Amino acid sequence: MSERIPAAGNAGAEPQLPVRSKKKSNLFFKKLVRNKLALAGLVIITLMIVTALFAPLIATHPPEKMDAANALAAPGTNGHLLGTDNYGRDLFSRIVYGTQISIVVGLLSVGFGAVAGTLLGLVAGYYGGKLDGVIMRIMDGLFAFPFILLAITLMTALGNGLTNVIIAIGVASIPGFARLVRGQVLSVKEEEFVEVARSIGSPNVRIIFTNILPNCMAPIIVYGTMSIAGAILSEAALSFLGLGVQPPTPTWGNILKDGKDFLVLSPHMAMFSGLAILLTVVGFNIFGDGLRDSLDPKMKI
Amino acid sequence: MIPTLLVVATIVFIINRIIPGDPAAVMLGPQASVQDVADMRERLGLDKPVFYQYIDYILNLLKGDFGTSIYYKESVLTLILDRFPNTILLSSAALFIAVMIGIPAGMIAATKQNSLLDYVVMLGALIGVSMPVFWLGLMLVLQFSVNLGWFPATGIGSLDNGFGNVFKHLILPAVTLSTIPMATFARITRSSMLEVVSQDYIKTARAKGVREFFVICKHALKNALTPILTVMGMQVSLMLGGSVLTETIFSWPGMGRLIIDAIDKRDFMVVQGAVLFVAVIFVVTNLVIDILYKAVNPRINYASGKEEGSS
Repeated sequence: MSERIPAAGNAGAEPQLPVRSKKKSNLFFKKLVRNKLALAGLVIITLMIVTALFAPLIATHPPEKMDAANALAAPGTNGHLLGTDNYGRDLFSRIVYGTQISIVVGLLSVGFGAVAGTLLGLVAGYYGGKLDGVIMRIMDGLFAFPFILLAITLMTALGNGLTNVIIAIGVASIPGFARLVRGQVLSVKEEEFVEVARSIGSPNVRIIFTNILPNCMAPIIVYGTMSIAGAILSEAALSFLGLGVQPPTPTWGNILKDGKDFLVLSPHMAMFSGLAILLTVVGFNIFGDGLRDSLDPKMKI
Repeated sequence: MIPTLLVVATIVFIINRIIPGDPAAVMLGPQASVQDVADMRERLGLDKPVFYQYIDYILNLLKGDFGTSIYYKESVLTLILDRFPNTILLSSAALFIAVMIGIPAGMIAATKQNSLLDYVVMLGALIGVSMPVFWLGLMLVLQFSVNLGWFPATGIGSLDNGFGNVFKHLILPAVTLSTIPMATFARITRSSMLEVVSQDYIKTARAKGVREFFVICKHALKNALTPILTVMGMQVSLMLGGSVLTETIFSWPGMGRLIIDAIDKRDFMVVQGAVLFVAVIFVVTNLVIDILYKAVNPRINYASGKEEGSS
């Protein structure tokens, strides 16, 4: 990225990053599409988002409609594609609706963690000194907790519910982003174009957001994509432990939790919900891998 | 290390004292009378100003006092130390499996780059890092306990029945917990080895006729170890977290199970103490890893804070 040094310009003119040429972004997309694994990831992610958006059209039954006479039906019986659960609810429809929670939690919690972590990382890296010390010691402290354990602890304090799941996973994601961004800022701020901006008197805030942040975006995007995979896994784990979004709302973790109690009698409950989690997480992970390889294969993430 | 530990303790304190409404009321449940809640607040020291509570809390921690469990009426530290060896046993077994399979798999993939074997290993590793361990655990129970009857589904067994009994109970949870670190080791070993094998000293070793096996296992692996060690430090944290889920599925009587049980019983003193304990273990483990770095790579000199020379 160091080759993108802006022209010094006249005094008083704003130092601007050169607009990424069309050729360069075309090359990036070409590389991304040529990477077959990344493309597979993109297809999986698109499928998940479409499923989440059009869940009412895709689901064959209302996801919370109980039917005691048809409880624990095997896959394929009475029009139940993947069978039914212990309350006779259609498993396929529940998994389809469960996509909504996974995608919403994945995107919003990582969005929250990315914004907060990036701001902290920018401030710590740019200003340095005591402020850096304080911010990074707190981040080190948060980092000392295993991710899922921090989320669990926050959930016990915040209480159940969708918003709290997003906050808990979001907060647990902050230190990862902060460390990543700080590291980037430390190298970017030594670049000449930052010096130029400073020498013509650009205020710090403008330097941070127009000169430094754009040059930190590539790793943030890659790390963010992979974090979504982690967030979806964590949401499922929280629901599985009974600490996430509460039943009867269908989430993959909730379905798996019910499936655990009927593992011997009806293994399909646990099997299909787990496969949905695995497939989605694989999708985000390979897309993240592909993004990294296309943006900068030497990126250390 | 000391500042980190202080921050860790402070975070636990903040999460448990300031965010929720009234811990005393939460602990006692909705049926408790106003007087009960007031008594409990006094017992927990919640009637004092927050700052004093914080000082008390830190001073108690320094004395090794993690508080008293509301449910078990025992010292939290005793409860933790009772279960901690079980978590260590499970995590070490999982780490052992992960290292013994993950690192050789990554080495093989690197030496046979772009072969079918490489693709198979990398696809396996990709699925491995994406694995919901709680689901894998259930599937292993279904296959190996329910269908085949090879291994017990839950519990830790008893040493009274011989070590073999505990070993049998250990296999499924250890395999479950090892999946993600194993896949991570395979990936990092592969990329780290690929970087190293293109270096000149490897060419030199080959040129002077060192057998390929020794080139890879001695010359290359030793130099590829630093990133593997870094990842290992991160995996310790992930495994301590993963043990919460694994222990829940297999009813393994360790720290993770203790935390989840304590949450069910609203025994927040135990949750707080155990979570803090896990974080401390993580900080200490990483200190050990830092020391190991130096053993592996003598070029690292902490006094100057820089890596001397370049590889």
